[in-house]
Amino acid sequence: MPKNIKEAHKHLIDGDFSSEELTKECLKIIKEKNKNINAYLEVFEKSALKQADEADKKIKEGNCTELTGIPLAIKDNILIKGKKVSAGSKILEGYTATYDATVIEKLKNAGAVFLGRTNMDEFAMGSSTETSAFGVTRNPLDTERVPGGSSGGSASAVAMNSCLGALGSDTAGSIRQPSSFCGLVGLKPTYGSVSRNGLIALGSSLDVIGPIAKTVSDVEIIFNIIKGKDELDSTSISQNHKISKSQNQEEKTIGVPSFVNEIDGLDNFTKNNFNESVKKLEKLGYKIKEISLPNIKYAVPAYYIFLPAEASANLARFDGVRYGLHENGKNGIDDYFKTRGAGFGKEVRRRIIIGTYVLSAGYYDAYYNKAQTVRELIKKDFEEAFKEVDAIITPTTTGPAFKIGEKINDPIKMYLEDIFTGPANHAGLPAISIPSNKKPDGNFESGLPLGLQIIASHTREDVLFEISKNFLGEK
Amino acid sequence: MILNEELKKLSKLARIEISEEELGGLGKDINSILDYIGQITQINPSTTELYSGYGAGADKNLRNVMREDENPHEGGEFSDDLLNEAPNKENKYVKVKKIL
Repeated sequence: MPKNIKEAHKHLIDGDFSSEELTKECLKIIKEKNKNINAYLEVFEKSALKQADEADKKIKEGNCTELTGIPLAIKDNILIKGKKVSAGSKILEGYTATYDATVIEKLKNAGAVFLGRTNMDEFAMGSSTETSAFGVTRNPLDTERVPGGSSGGSASAVAMNSCLGALGSDTAGSIRQPSSFCGLVGLKPTYGSVSRNGLIALGSSLDVIGPIAKTVSDVEIIFNIIKGKDELDSTSISQNHKISKSQNQEEKTIGVPSFVNEIDGLDNFTKNNFNESVKKLEKLGYKIKEISLPNIKYAVPAYYIFLPAEASANLARFDGVRYGLHENGKNGIDDYFKTRGAGFGKEVRRRIIIGTYVLSAGYYDAYYNKAQTVRELIKKDFEEAFKEVDAIITPTTTGPAFKIGEKINDPIKMYLEDIFTGPANHAGLPAISIPSNKKPDGNFESGLPLGLQIIASHTREDVLFEISKNFLGEK
Repeated sequence: MILNEELKKLSKLARIEISEEELGGLGKDINSILDYIGQITQINPSTTELYSGYGAGADKNLRNVMREDENPHEGGEFSDDLLNEAPNKENKYVKVKKIL
């Protein structure tokens, strides 16, 4: 198994092995490991081999991209025509996608191979992949622990070496937190830079699709293929600004928010590791500046107001009439109650009820409008900060991967997993998580991986890639 | 603090059947979440900062994205695929229980 996409691409071009051989190797690993890890809900053996065969032809013709013949795993909330897709929920039972998501179309055009769909928290509501209707996914680095979530299946699939990269989606940290827990690189792109067409919606003003892989270069390769303006997503944007060389060579300033060291529940190991990362960046030649983001303390409570509000509206479409599960009731209306009662799991019901509550007439101003105000204030905090710095760093999470079952019965504890990652979604900013305690031998200092989050201003993924590569010593 | 009666009303609005046994646990969870998110009702931003929706005073970066209403796809092009997903159908229709 090659170590990363860049390396695999070179071997494919040089003819050291074919995409068919590579895909077969991945399928073999999935057969061995998936029973225990539960990263994949379904494996597309037949179609993957067919795609690999087509990719091999393209490679022979010399007509290929860096992703041609590269086996990838896809989160179970991204539509692939003719394949089942469930968003980790029973309510989509029996549903087969009738079209390709824009990102899938782009990856198909690039010649990528889809190995299967990966497990996730139901409708991406969770931070541990424990709320999936199809069982928990285990962290391949320590099977007693969660892989994070909601894109836990995608992160586990990469971490168990069964694929070279994966797509996830991120609404408040669902790409970055599992990447951190599994020792990987995960990118939450600028809101709108990747089309949401064909992504099953959670919070439409926050959702974005992004890559999880082993190296920064790999994440960059996937991002460059999937990004772009799309007529089918009117919130999508093009990233066609040119970055001049001179600007790139200037010394960059990195902001360290003062709130990081004030957070309760940040364990010492994480705190020390973060402070070491700051020193490392300083040694690499970056200027470090303390910044204040005064309203960030309200980010999580605000999120758990406007996210359920958006989700309760988005999930109204699951009614048992047009697709998915149908449960019979006394009459038409009762069909809805029965179907939604049987199809939605515990966390989804909680959020729909909260969303309904905060949007109801008497509470709209007290909750929803206040939360939107907070969101505007947080956006302004970032705008002010980016006048002085090129990037902002925080730990990705308050600690390493937690044990399965540790937080699932305490919703607030689970919600606090978003404390560092959520704010970038509020403001639509690009953010990346990279392993911060990886040793040269590939193992992690003190055992479990930790993540460093880097946030940049809108459409400045290039800044994230540059700092990340320097930090990890990637060429 | 949400009581069971209000919870029942909300589940009705959200069209989710919730059993009597589930109400207690759900109520407890929801009340602890509301306690937590309630801290937001304490902050007092100045009126100029108060979110004003998408009307006057809204974020200047917001703009409408329009397109011409043209080039429709062939009629019926997707009908079979979409109808095949419906749990109940008859001929070219999605079937539901009678409404009146």
